Amino acid sequence: MLNYGFTEEQLMVKDLARKIAVEKVMPVRAELDEKEEFPWEIMKILAEADLCGLWIPEKYGGFGQSVTAFCLGTEEISRVCGGVGVTFAASALGGAPILLFGTDEQKQKYLPDLASGKKLAAFGLTEANAGSDASGLQTTAKKDGDYYIINGTKQWITNGGEAETYTIIAMTDKNRGARGATAFIVEKGTPGFGFGKKEKKMGIRCSATRELVFDGCKVHKSQILGKEGMGFIVAMKTLDMTRPGIGAQAVGIAQGALDEAIKYAKTRVQFGKPIISLQAIQHMLADMATQIEASRALVYAVAKAIDAGAKDFTKEASMAKLMASDTAMSVTTQAVQILGGYGYMREYPVEKMMRDAKITQIYEGTNQIQRNQIGLSLIKESAQKE
Amino acid sequence: MDLRPNPVEAANWKGIWIFAEQREGQVQNVAFELLSEAQKLAADLNCEVAAVLCGEAGIEKQAGTLFEYGAARVYLIEHPELKHYRTAPYTRAITQLALKYKPEIFLIGATTVGRDLAARMAVRINCGLTADCTGLAIENGILRQTRPAFGGNIMATIISPNHRPQMATVRPKVFKKSKVKSQKSEIIKFDPVINQEDLLVKLINIVRDESVKVNLQEAEIIISGGRGIGDPKNFAMIEELAGVLGGAVGASRATVDAGWISAHHQVGQTGKTVSPKLYIACGIAGKIQHLVGMQSSDTIIAINKDPDAPIFKVATYGIVGDCLEVVPLLTKKIKELRG
Amino acid sequence: MDIVVCIKQVPDTTEVRINPETNTLIREGVPAIVNPIDENAVEEALRLRDKHGGKVTVITMGPPQATEALKQCIAMGADEVYLISDRAFAGSDTWATSYTLATAIKKLGKFDLILCGKQAIDGDTAQVGPGIAEWLNIPQVTFAIKVEVDSSKVKVERLLEEVNEIVEIPLPCVLTVVKQINEPRVPSLKGLMRAKKAEIKTLSAAEIEADQAVTGLKGSPTRVVKIFAPPAKGGGEMLSGTAEEMVVAVIDKLRERKTI
Repeated sequence: MLNYGFTEEQLMVKDLARKIAVEKVMPVRAELDEKEEFPWEIMKILAEADLCGLWIPEKYGGFGQSVTAFCLGTEEISRVCGGVGVTFAASALGGAPILLFGTDEQKQKYLPDLASGKKLAAFGLTEANAGSDASGLQTTAKKDGDYYIINGTKQWITNGGEAETYTIIAMTDKNRGARGATAFIVEKGTPGFGFGKKEKKMGIRCSATRELVFDGCKVHKSQILGKEGMGFIVAMKTLDMTRPGIGAQAVGIAQGALDEAIKYAKTRVQFGKPIISLQAIQHMLADMATQIEASRALVYAVAKAIDAGAKDFTKEASMAKLMASDTAMSVTTQAVQILGGYGYMREYPVEKMMRDAKITQIYEGTNQIQRNQIGLSLIKESAQKE
Repeated sequence: MDLRPNPVEAANWKGIWIFAEQREGQVQNVAFELLSEAQKLAADLNCEVAAVLCGEAGIEKQAGTLFEYGAARVYLIEHPELKHYRTAPYTRAITQLALKYKPEIFLIGATTVGRDLAARMAVRINCGLTADCTGLAIENGILRQTRPAFGGNIMATIISPNHRPQMATVRPKVFKKSKVKSQKSEIIKFDPVINQEDLLVKLINIVRDESVKVNLQEAEIIISGGRGIGDPKNFAMIEELAGVLGGAVGASRATVDAGWISAHHQVGQTGKTVSPKLYIACGIAGKIQHLVGMQSSDTIIAINKDPDAPIFKVATYGIVGDCLEVVPLLTKKIKELRG
Repeated sequence: MDIVVCIKQVPDTTEVRINPETNTLIREGVPAIVNPIDENAVEEALRLRDKHGGKVTVITMGPPQATEALKQCIAMGADEVYLISDRAFAGSDTWATSYTLATAIKKLGKFDLILCGKQAIDGDTAQVGPGIAEWLNIPQVTFAIKVEVDSSKVKVERLLEEVNEIVEIPLPCVLTVVKQINEPRVPSLKGLMRAKKAEIKTLSAAEIEADQAVTGLKGSPTRVVKIFAPPAKGGGEMLSGTAEEMVVAVIDKLRERKTI
């Protein structure tokens, strides 16, 4: 195993997450997927194990604001179930804006409950007409004295309906373009804030995906993150920081699939010997393993850079998410191929992994948007050099 | 409690005793199994076999059955506090009896009663105790006690050379009972001195499990269900087959943990160890923790969809198939046979 | 409530094999774990402490590496742990082990409740818990599947073969628990860090004032004289054909064997 220079504490997080994943998640992952049941029991166990606050500073009850530790936890959980993995990671996505842009008061109010796992968070940006084109937001937040009235619908929000704490981006001034949106913290139960039906998805089926419906939802100005007009900056900085997390989820899913493929290839005997002795299979496994390791190396290089205080890591974060998610899709598909007919059957875990992997290429910015982002960064960098 | 650091004079201790466990006034089968095995040991030692029978007034009626299986003597302890088993009064009474009459060997059935009692007695008397034996033999005048350890991965033979009595709890259904009426049939009554401090544990209630129709550890035939039966309601087909064969229903730990059936049916390392004539495992993968609980069954039939399931390694007959199909067929064919 | 839990570090018996030629145990590469049912005992102690207040002390009699097992208990939330270790304890059977543990408990002070797992997965005897109770001259209840404490009394539900028994027993007492009593908690990160930093106190035979004439191999009434591999199970027959054919075939075989 390559030494990525993880600290003892980070390795402790990895081992603990792995233990929980194997002992508590593995026995129920198929059932959670089949029933599309939100993994509350497991979230409770993760909370009691002190794993929910890995990305939150100790000052607010967390473990020490380590993106690396958070990625390790996400990777190990996703290695067993991508749906539980994203439930875990999406809470960080919902809470990250508060960490990055919140006042001390706001952090004191919301972060401790997220750190203890008492509450979950969710991030609401996407809308029916604003996915990749975030500037097309139609949810509005109209100023009304000391309050803002929010109207509109967010679509496909992970942890929607289950979370208590929501950070959402709404348009406060259409005419101000890039400075026209504002980030708000909205609590579940606020009058005028409701949820749409739970979506039926291809994969990560235990994860709850719902619409957030705002109908005359009145929110005090103290719920604004940063300042009015900073909405898109909040969103972009948040996504930068959480992209390695999705990268870690993808690496985890891919690793889980590789584990299953190797296990199967060792015992499946055809033509008189285990298929792992066939060069064709070995080459497939070799390619899978190499892609995973390269993705992993990139994810943790970015995570460590963020932890070390790097200011500019947008390009690399996009690369990590891009590579890891493409790897997850490729590796899980290959895993199904290696398991052959058994791989296609729901009794075996790899078809679920393939269904789970697909979303990693789509959410948190599609891989096309990631490529745009990387391209833009390359152009910007080369301009600076001249 | 005083320590007696020196081993006792072995020659002063003679005879083989068995504990005639009774529940609700009925002597348990394991007592008869022990009596039958004790005959063989007694022949090697040239000594007598006696049974220890405890209960409330009137339990003497059960002594007859003990003579039928070869007890030459019954030590009878009738006392109101001995009606239901509790550790302290039983330990007190039987320890006093043993110290007075000095048996060289004391065999107790490895039931929840027996294992609780023997463990306490052995420390009070300062003697060696071997748990859950599956084999007994005499060599050089000493009892050799063989038992599984390390989850059934090894067998160990143990002796208590210098301490008396040599105590062992014996797994039910390992030895076969056989009626061999003894020539003697002596009853010796014993009055124990039971103190207030022996009565600190109070029995409040007995909760019956309606799903248990046949005692798993006594059953000659067990049909067991695992997660492979797919759904808790499919235990109904297991029960039907068990009913037709007059057997008991067993279960894997996974089904008990999932709440499909009560823990009284659990077979395995954290459940019960059984050795029936016939064990039919339906939809059970055969993890080592389960095998440990049933692999000494005479005949094992395994039904599982997965041809690589480890259960097939211990099965006498293996059927690769869907138990939802095979089990009802078995039931049907057996019913047809019986007419 | 002051609760003490006695645990044992054991090899993971799902991995233990015997060398059929030398008839010795193959221990290399076999991980050492906390006896699984002892984890249930620790969990039950922690739940009682969380509900009624007090302290949970975990002890084990074992070689130096048993500190790892104690650290796992710290990670779960145990307040104090002690390793009872001395060359004088080597080779103890259950009689000597229960004496040693009881002596350590007496030395450590007054306890309201002593919890043990029903049996260890290596020895499989279920004898140490009752032995400790006898040495301490306090009542015992075995096979506990549910425990409720009410001031100085405990109500225990026992898992027997066919029924459950509800008994009432005064404190102090010894309870041995079955696996079905609870689901042990996963250690927390804070617990793991506490465990990592913890320095485990070891108590020797002299420190617990044990009479070394009755500890270890010397003090053990039983002796293991032979270890061997169990008879290999095998030579089974896989039936073939349609479900109906296989069913008919197996019934025939059972009738031949006079099983049914």
